[in-house]
Amino acid sequence: MVAVTCCGPDVQPAIPAPTYYLKSSNMSKAYSTEQSIYAGVDVGASHTKVALIDTAGHLCGHGVRKSGVNFSATAEMCLADALHMANCTPDQVTHTVSTGYGRHNVTYATGNQTEIGCHAKGCYFYFPEAITVIDIGGQDNKIIKLDSQGRRISFKMNRKCAAGTGAFLEEMATRLDIPLSDMDGLARQSSETVKIGSYCTVFSATEVLKYVRQGEKVQDIIKGLFASVIRRVLEMDALTEKVVMTGGVVAHNPYLIDLFEEHIGRVIMTPPFPQLAGAIGAALYAKANQTSDNE
Amino acid sequence: MAHEKKQLLRRLESAKELSRFMADYYYELNEAALSGKQKIAWCTSVGPAELLRSLGYLIYFPETHAAMLGATRMATEMIPTANAMGYSPEICSYLTADIGAFVKGITPLSTAYKGISSVPKPDVLVYNTNQCRDVLDWFNWYGDKFNAPVIGIQSHRSVGEITESHIASIASQIENLVAPLEQLAGRKLDMDALKQAVALSRECSDLWAKCLATASAKPSPLTFFDATTLMGPAVVGRGTLQAVKTYRLLLDELLERVAGGKGALVGEEKFRLYWDGMPVWGRLGMHSTMFAELNVNVIASTYCSSWIFSALDSSDPFKSMARAYTELFIARDDTYKEKYIQSKLEVFGCDGILYHNARTCPNNTNCLYGMPQRLFAKTGIPFVTMDGDLNDLRCLSDEQTKTNIEAFIEQLEEMK
Ligand code: SF4
Repeated sequence: MVAVTCCGPDVQPAIPAPTYYLKSSNMSKAYSTEQSIYAGVDVGASHTKVALIDTAGHLCGHGVRKSGVNFSATAEMCLADALHMANCTPDQVTHTVSTGYGRHNVTYATGNQTEIGCHAKGCYFYFPEAITVIDIGGQDNKIIKLDSQGRRISFKMNRKCAAGTGAFLEEMATRLDIPLSDMDGLARQSSETVKIGSYCTVFSATEVLKYVRQGEKVQDIIKGLFASVIRRVLEMDALTEKVVMTGGVVAHNPYLIDLFEEHIGRVIMTPPFPQLAGAIGAALYAKANQTSDNE
Repeated sequence: MAHEKKQLLRRLESAKELSRFMADYYYELNEAALSGKQKIAWCTSVGPAELLRSLGYLIYFPETHAAMLGATRMATEMIPTANAMGYSPEICSYLTADIGAFVKGITPLSTAYKGISSVPKPDVLVYNTNQCRDVLDWFNWYGDKFNAPVIGIQSHRSVGEITESHIASIASQIENLVAPLEQLAGRKLDMDALKQAVALSRECSDLWAKCLATASAKPSPLTFFDATTLMGPAVVGRGTLQAVKTYRLLLDELLERVAGGKGALVGEEKFRLYWDGMPVWGRLGMHSTMFAELNVNVIASTYCSSWIFSALDSSDPFKSMARAYTELFIARDDTYKEKYIQSKLEVFGCDGILYHNARTCPNNTNCLYGMPQRLFAKTGIPFVTMDGDLNDLRCLSDEQTKTNIEAFIEQLEEMK
């Protein structure tokens, strides 16, 4: 794994960046205190993410924390983390756009956009072509289709039920009594996938218990759960064009991407920091707002 | 200093007249129920109201009562009672809310209209299954409760082209209702009275159609959310002169707005949307404010147009009633529905469509069999689907709706 360096002193990025999706993010610049930067804050149901970009659109700092119950305070702390990483001061943040569930709780934001718009913008920044974005989040999944100009053609959100989302995997990890962070590694060791067919989280849990009772290997059950997540996503919409995946779930479980590729027989692209796609999109909106303010 | 709320929507003066109409309507029913001086028929929203009127019945529409339960947000508290009685949470939440409220001895009428303590007892219940089977189950339950006869029309569903045999079968079913209704009413059908009721019903329908058509003006003088409450007299008062008078007033006011270039939104009308499906009754205010804040006007809908009966013809009452009840959007096949919506999108100059996926009413939900995708392919007009329900607020997430709508408007802005 390539270590991600950043402009701040010894700050580890909040999420590891596997080699295969590390792109040209310029994280090693030193920023003079005069340089303007733009902040994007994505307050998700599960995690809050802050991304800072410079005038050239390069990611220069970020912060990720559990959203908890005080969205506003968490957003402040994430910003502080990101500023520390970027070696920047709060004064340098010229514009901030918030997004996500708690977008209206970010007191320092100068504007807000939906997470649909921000994920789309964040992905198009890295892949400027007609793409289908699949975001697997903590509480919901989104499928967003963009044309070659980056304009949204359609989008779909799944929030009726937790099935297929991060919350589903979290619930299943608890049932299986394993740490969430072990799921990816265990799934990779599976030799056979068990079939989890139900699209209700409660029914799926019953299926998992059945397999546990039958003595199936936990590795195979987890791979089955990953396959079930994929099926839930594929039921949402037809995938057209090139596919980009984002979200905390794939950031922490890159094996899901491999399985998804196997399933659809196509290469899946991921931005450098899949969990930050929405925050980066928000920061890009902040930068665009600044540009239009100056016009 | 007190924080002044920005006015987002213009109120319609004539709405007061329509509210008065509804009050008079319920008081008249209550009076009849208490005195027993006039017979009361319960009727489904597109049942044979004209026939009932001409036989002297006062008509009560349980669907309107159920919508009131929704609008007052009482429904969600009532539904579980019916669920526990064996009526699934997956079926019509008008039915479950209404039966639940009845069992609990609660009605929103008593809060809205002082002195009314219950729904009026029926002498007969008359249904038409042109909208769904749920109405029959609903009426049968009450028929049993009140020991009142349940009679009606078994309609054709998913009708493509309307043929003479469709009309003949429905017309004969309406005619077959005459004898039992005459017997209960204690009087013979006067054909002139029927013709007059049909004529008034047609006039009411034409006026309502004209009111809705004013929304094609830019900016639109009307919102869908206004229309859902303004349509009250078209639903409960068709066949009466009072309903006709009320809509004349409304139409005048709407035309005046159009002439003055005044829209229903105080601010700019940036986008115009078409609403397919039922309203979320418990969220009418919230939704109308949410759209207005985004400078979006939901101007037209399939739902509010369902009480336009252009086929009614007083010279041929039975057959024209049969045609009008069969022409109903909800009773038609998807090919018809698609063409219908497509033409509305053009007439009203809509920028997008919102499909309400109402959990408990697949009959009024048109996004379950690929129609949004097909219409999008034909028209290029973007769509968004909203998960919700007409009455059961357990089936929706306000947060999800807000994000969905905001994201959709962002999308429309990008496509501009
Ligand atoms: S059409 Fe829908 S809402 Fe109306 S009565 Fe039937 S099931 Fe209920």
